[in-house]
Amino acid sequence: MSRAEPAVRPPKEGPRARRPLWTLGLFRSELTTTFRRWRTLALLAVLAAVPVLIGIAVKIETSGGSPSGGGGREGGGAGPAFLTQITNNGLFLVFAALAATLPVFLPMAVGVVAGDAVAGEANAGTLRYLLVAPAGRTRLLLAKYASTLVFCLVATLVVAVSALVTGALLFPLGEVTTISGTRIGFGDGLLRAVLIAAVVAASLAGLAAIGLFVSTLTNSGIAAMAATVGLLITVQILDTIPQLDAIHPYLFPHYWLSFADLLREPVYWDEVLDNLGLQTLYAAVFGSAAWARFTTKDITA
Amino acid sequence: MEELSAVDSEAVIATRGLTKRFRGGQLAVDGLELRVPAGSVFGFLGPNGSGKTTTIRMLLGLIEPTSGTATLLGRPMPGAARSVLPQVGALIEGPALYGFLSGRDNLIRYDSADPAADPRTRRARVEAALDRVGLTAAGSKKAKAYSLGMKQRLGLASALLQPRKLLVLDEPTNGLDPQGMREIRSLVRELAADGTTVFLSSHLLDEIEQVCTHAAVMARGRLVVQGPVAELAADARGRLAVTTPDPADAARVLKELGVTDLTVTEARVTGELPQGDVDLADLNAALVRADVRVRSFGVERASLEDAFVALTGEGFDVAG
Repeated sequence: MSRAEPAVRPPKEGPRARRPLWTLGLFRSELTTTFRRWRTLALLAVLAAVPVLIGIAVKIETSGGSPSGGGGREGGGAGPAFLTQITNNGLFLVFAALAATLPVFLPMAVGVVAGDAVAGEANAGTLRYLLVAPAGRTRLLLAKYASTLVFCLVATLVVAVSALVTGALLFPLGEVTTISGTRIGFGDGLLRAVLIAAVVAASLAGLAAIGLFVSTLTNSGIAAMAATVGLLITVQILDTIPQLDAIHPYLFPHYWLSFADLLREPVYWDEVLDNLGLQTLYAAVFGSAAWARFTTKDITA
Repeated sequence: MEELSAVDSEAVIATRGLTKRFRGGQLAVDGLELRVPAGSVFGFLGPNGSGKTTTIRMLLGLIEPTSGTATLLGRPMPGAARSVLPQVGALIEGPALYGFLSGRDNLIRYDSADPAADPRTRRARVEAALDRVGLTAAGSKKAKAYSLGMKQRLGLASALLQPRKLLVLDEPTNGLDPQGMREIRSLVRELAADGTTVFLSSHLLDEIEQVCTHAAVMARGRLVVQGPVAELAADARGRLAVTTPDPADAARVLKELGVTDLTVTEARVTGELPQGDVDLADLNAALVRADVRVRSFGVERASLEDAFVALTGEGFDVAG
């Protein structure tokens, strides 16, 4: 924990004046509390292990044989297209790992953290003490959502960095063949990887808001986590049923794998922007619902 | 933060018709008219399920009242929570801690949640609070390793992170050994001497009798009585008890002398002493003059517990 703030604070402020950045103290406290939980660290460890497993599996699969050539077209999922490229370029492990973890592992981790955000505190009884501190209900909810978003980003980066390190150790690095077939330099490819990680993290913003809303409905952290993850699975099943084509564009995971479009040359932005817009919409709707619920709720736990 | 005029207006807590009906129709608190004078140590009594905790939660803005109003330090709750609550320390239904954080980090966490708390003095205030409840040595231990008494102390420490005008302590000596209870009582007295108003809920009546200046009794969601402890106990005190082989004669004589509410059993007469100055010696002399043989004579000093049982009519049975 870094606690350098006394030096940073301008001394002219009154001893008990409310600072304009009134949420930051609580937000920092939220972050340290979230990331000091054993459960959070375990989730991140699992996420870090996934790229290592993929990397080793691909290495074993192709050892002895010649590197499989050519990049597959995107087809149904983006995953397989990336997998075949890993042996040529370790950087593709980043894309493959993100494509592999985005449908299940990443959102599950986010569902656990977001679902537990309010309900877990209510369950432990710490919520009442935060509120009489007084944290302020809106302020607490904002801090919770912000720290959940940070968790989305950190979780995505853990996958990406673990994949990059594994890829660099097991496979050669070099120029990147885009999905469009053109080649871009390694530096450019790395930049795209960073951009993709950011988009993947942003893809989880909607789910984070849903989790937070569910979390305000119950006093049981476990129930909120289970409900959020259950909802995620249900929505993903709905997204695969062709008869429900009409509602697919409104389901939050629908555009998740569109991040692959960032590997085209030129970049194909349409679905990426659709995804970001949809996430913003979900964040707004479920964020408002969580706010409406949490600010009027009787805290009896 | 602006100065509050609450100290002048005397009532630190005041409620008017405060009512809470939970979903499902259960009336937890019914038309509460509570008034806690500034500088008092106020005991809040009642059997389990009588609405004490619901009242405390409404006072602190955790539960929205169905009707009625509550003011804390002269400001309406829950509307003025952000300006009032930094001056209020609270222990509600026992301590709640983050087991994976140390005692010290728990306090830092709670202090960070208060926008009025100065982060520059946070460390020092946390150390002072730990010291005040005797937890300095255990401050670095994880809270999940704490005993119930240590958790209780840490909860108290979080209520003492800042100088407070009001302390709301719900069962503060729960889980403490006798030595710990004594320490908490002397801490409460110390704080009260500094001018902090203490609102103390407890089911330990002798504890209330020992530290409280005022008290209120709740039963079935209603306020039965409130006032200075001396008066409450006095109301239940002053019951004359005469043991005699001639109860009928004794009752007649006592009735003439103005003793009311007489109850006569086989060898015993009890009654309420008349209002005003009555010398007990005169009563006794009158009995003897009337040839009533007196075995024992005296005033049964009822404890607050007797008063409590008489008022709630149910002792400590859980209200249904």
